Amino acid sequence: MSVQMEHDKAAYEEVHPSNAIAGGRRPDPPNALASTMAFAHRALLRIKHVPEQMFDVTVFPIIFLLMFTYLFGGAIAGSTGEYLQFLLPGILVMTVSQITMYTGIDLNNDIRKGIFDRFRTLPIWLPSALVGALLVDVIRYSLASAIMIGLGLALGFRPEGGAMGVVGAVLVILLFSFSFSWIWTAAGIIMRSEKSLMMVSFLVVFPLTFVSNVFVDPSTLPSWLQGFVNINPISILATAVRGLMHGNGTWEQIGWVVVVSAIFVVIFAPLTMYLYRRKE
Amino acid sequence: METRNVERQANGLAVEAAGLVKIYGKERAVDGVDLAIPSGTVYGFLGPNGAGKTTTIRMLATLIQPDAGSATIFGHDLKTESAAIKSRISLTGQYASIDEDLTGIENLVLISRLMGYPVKEAKQRATELLSAFGLEGAAKRQVKKYSGGMRRRIDIAASIVVTPDLLFLDEPTTGLDPRSRNQVWEIVRALVQAGTTVLLTTQNLEEADQLADRIAVINQGKIIAEGTSSELKASVGTGTLNVQLLDAADQAHAAAILERRLSVPVHVSTDGVTLSAQAKDSSIVAQALGELGKEKIGISDFSLGRPSLDEVFLTLTGQSASNQPIEEENS
Repeated sequence: MSVQMEHDKAAYEEVHPSNAIAGGRRPDPPNALASTMAFAHRALLRIKHVPEQMFDVTVFPIIFLLMFTYLFGGAIAGSTGEYLQFLLPGILVMTVSQITMYTGIDLNNDIRKGIFDRFRTLPIWLPSALVGALLVDVIRYSLASAIMIGLGLALGFRPEGGAMGVVGAVLVILLFSFSFSWIWTAAGIIMRSEKSLMMVSFLVVFPLTFVSNVFVDPSTLPSWLQGFVNINPISILATAVRGLMHGNGTWEQIGWVVVVSAIFVVIFAPLTMYLYRRKE
Repeated sequence: METRNVERQANGLAVEAAGLVKIYGKERAVDGVDLAIPSGTVYGFLGPNGAGKTTTIRMLATLIQPDAGSATIFGHDLKTESAAIKSRISLTGQYASIDEDLTGIENLVLISRLMGYPVKEAKQRATELLSAFGLEGAAKRQVKKYSGGMRRRIDIAASIVVTPDLLFLDEPTTGLDPRSRNQVWEIVRALVQAGTTVLLTTQNLEEADQLADRIAVINQGKIIAEGTSSELKASVGTGTLNVQLLDAADQAHAAAILERRLSVPVHVSTDGVTLSAQAKDSSIVAQALGELGKEKIGISDFSLGRPSLDEVFLTLTGQSASNQPIEEENS
């Protein structure tokens, strides 16, 4: 042990900067795929070194599912088993939509810490910094979905759409979440601190996820609220996911999710990149 | 593929800037900066916090856009050719510009991949840099557990994964102990030897003196003096004359003589026997000392110091560089 420490110490003593000069030909700048993969690898390494960040995709879904099933099941649907059939697809949508906001928080931290400046001076396709991170976020969303569906099955959830329906539903959720995340990357660049970003995210996410068809049938709501619930992207996603899981989904429902996702990407991805380049 | 140092501008300038301005709210953070930095040299921005050093560097590194003025980096226009500029520059910011949650080697592999090395060669390059910078033992440790000096070294290592033609170093030694500081200096010298132009900012006068071929003294967004270290020193005179009297009773008389001869205010220290004054010309100093002798004023000691850059700064701005409050510069 002490020998190892001595060796360690010796290593710090010596600096040979002339050995650090790159020899040979300089490499060409990486293509978009290579830089995206490098950023995705960074996101994976961050999960390895900061495993706490997996709380939001493991613990939250479990708490949410148990809480809402047993709290509201009896009151809203008469029994928890009945309610689970209705609730699980919706609460899956809600949970995954909520954890998309952590994408913005990671970016916000990068900006405040200075690594953001380094990335911006590299000769790379700049969006790869965000696309790489979002790809790994999709893995996180898949994990959250798997945990919730697994727990749901154990509690008595029986999807009539079978395995194919469930997989299809998860794919639709992943598409939506990837697209929805671009809102948070834009917000993550605009907001000065993690705190203000969290506040704004909650202000958007909570009304959007609760004032939807996730918990209740919209026909029980006042008509003015029904209007909002019906065009709420979360409702559109929840409807498609329910349809797929219960085996009565339509292409139209899926089509609407694709449209909504495309709108998010078309607006917020260029906006994010504009802000990313112009951030002072 | 591009060979180093081939595509240089005809006039041999790494940076050429005219009238750069950056305004934040009502404050003119950078207020008309002109620069002509020759390739292969070390150029120092010297100034207190908030002088506009960081803002100028961030403009030149394509991170923020100037509100007015223009600049070229190796002949590439800052506004229209930022991609060409990015492939030749590198920036080490004031704050660690690496991922502190990752280990040293993971950071360097990441940057190497982003510079275009395939994974295997990225690992080789990372290992090479770690050993050159004395960080082999810390390769697998998270950067947040590094000491200040190690952190700086890994940060600079990340900036020279591909040896840049122009390296920006923003306060590279602020907060480092003397040993770590010397290591950073060694690194800068090795890079210049290899042909890199280095633009560094510092509040440390000794550092500018030691490293920089030319120095721009910046205050309140403007360059108030520019030149080599010796030119700047020459512009404020030979230095400070210190005279120690044998008897405090002679103090007023001696001060009057020095003041008349040197035509500058004379400072009397609290012990009552030490007089000091700025001296422009050593022959006048000799005459003044001669007159003290004629007047039978006893002198126990005298010295004529070369001016420090601190004195240069004091003369130029009316405020001491080292007395500036220590806080982060706004960028």
